[in-house]
Amino acid sequence: MKKYITDFTVVGRRVYGDAYFAMELEHPGELPEIEAGQFVEVEVKGSREVMLRRPISVHDVDREHNRLTLLVQVVGNGTRRLSQIGEGERVSLVYPLGKGFLHGIGFVPQRPLLVGGGAGVAPLLYLSRCLTAQGASPTLLLGGRTAGLIASRERFEAVEGAHVHYSTEDGSLGEKGLVTQHSVFGKDYDAILCCGPTPMMRAVAREAVRRGVPCEVSLENRMACGVGACLCCVTETREGHKCVCKEGPVFTPQTLGWDNE
Amino acid sequence: MKLSTDIGKMHLKNPVMTASGTFGYGEEFSDFIDLGRLGGIVVKGTTGQHREGNPYPRMAETPSGMLNAVGLQNMGVEAFCKEVYPRVAQYDTNVVVNVSGSSIEEYCDVARQIDALERIPAIELNISCPNVKKGGMGFGTDPAMAAQVVRAVRDVYGKTLIVKLTPNVTSIVDIAKAVEDAGADSVSLINTLLGMAVDVEHRKPMLSTVTGGLSGPCVKPVAVRCVWQVAKAVKIPVVGLGGISNANDALEFLMAGARAVEVGTANFIDPAVTMKIVDGLEEYCDRHNIDDINKIIGII
Repeated sequence: MKKYITDFTVVGRRVYGDAYFAMELEHPGELPEIEAGQFVEVEVKGSREVMLRRPISVHDVDREHNRLTLLVQVVGNGTRRLSQIGEGERVSLVYPLGKGFLHGIGFVPQRPLLVGGGAGVAPLLYLSRCLTAQGASPTLLLGGRTAGLIASRERFEAVEGAHVHYSTEDGSLGEKGLVTQHSVFGKDYDAILCCGPTPMMRAVAREAVRRGVPCEVSLENRMACGVGACLCCVTETREGHKCVCKEGPVFTPQTLGWDNE
Repeated sequence: MKLSTDIGKMHLKNPVMTASGTFGYGEEFSDFIDLGRLGGIVVKGTTGQHREGNPYPRMAETPSGMLNAVGLQNMGVEAFCKEVYPRVAQYDTNVVVNVSGSSIEEYCDVARQIDALERIPAIELNISCPNVKKGGMGFGTDPAMAAQVVRAVRDVYGKTLIVKLTPNVTSIVDIAKAVEDAGADSVSLINTLLGMAVDVEHRKPMLSTVTGGLSGPCVKPVAVRCVWQVAKAVKIPVVGLGGISNANDALEFLMAGARAVEVGTANFIDPAVTMKIVDGLEEYCDRHNIDDINKIIGII
């Protein structure tokens, strides 16, 4: 897929508690093709500490208006600076980057389970739109420590044909406990697609492998170039080090060697 | 107006090259720029055998810079010749291979195999990588060792031999002179500065290897100084690099004595930055009525 470097205009912002915000960005012309699970590298201007772009996954795509939305967790200087960008300002993106979901399992699942935790819920919105557009009825299971840390719920709940469930460690929303303890987790699916903290993804992948269900997880390593040139963001795989930015961020547990734990 | 310049027997259409390890094999950037407008591309450090490099995490951002500890992850020279060379041989620019090793034999073996590739006009001998346990910077911090490896490679390699120097020495001039005497056609400098960063919340180093190589705008003044000192002391052409992010930075290096420059870390922030630098050099020459860029090289 061809990659671009383009200035987008910020046309909308929404804050979710202290930790998350969504930024809606408008493209000057027709938006190129973007796969669910791909990411963008956002330039961070006006910071003395931050030089490198920040990799952020695509949360939503609105083809009609040539807009895309990024859901960002404020974790450091770079994302804090991004949270201060106002409407009307311009932001440079390098995109679309990486390999999205479904390449590893090689088919379009009709009854998939999409599991997200924390900032990892971000790519699952656009993924659920892409899947429902192809006739699938995905089940979404979104987890967090507490209700306030599950962002963008209104957008997930508005996806026609998707079934949204929540699990929180404190029981403040949905079922109490971890995603793997949720009552919908044990049901029958034709694929499990997951993005979230590594311990969560490992637990989900382990269970998917045990049940023989095709599975993909999306990694979030520290990156520099985003295009597979610098080899900074590598992860261990069965075939040696692979760039998360280019050969991922989506991998199967089998590729990562997470299937024999 | 003329931007072209020469490094040894290699002719460059303009002085802007890309630095090894920051530009992959070029194809990673072909969606963003016309590779044919570059003076040259220095591809990823290549060793005798395939190397996995260091464990993750290998990168930490620092103010106006970054540390890396990739550790020469690469496919090895045979795979390069078979899989990558046929693709890069199509580029309308100089493709230079950065050559690394843990022993003199390994450097020579890689250089010999690259010498056989018709479309590779030069190698950049990396005796300055701070991120490998054996060889690398070990060869580049001692004038006698540096001369020994360069002499050995010179014997087996007939095309343009550029030697990449480390700034992590007391006198980079002594190393440069030793390398010149041993038969190098050019020196490129600087490789990264040895650095370190700590994650205080987790009370751990930011890199798996604890220390790594610092690059980016923060190293630029050190690099300009090294280029100026070396250019004054040797007769062979100097290739300058270290923190170049725009045409102005490139001009600083040229005026300090660099015959060409390499752009590294800036490619991560703007993948089209090299084109802006080429345009900026043209614009500068126009504005100052300079008909040949070589007229401002080394004027300081």
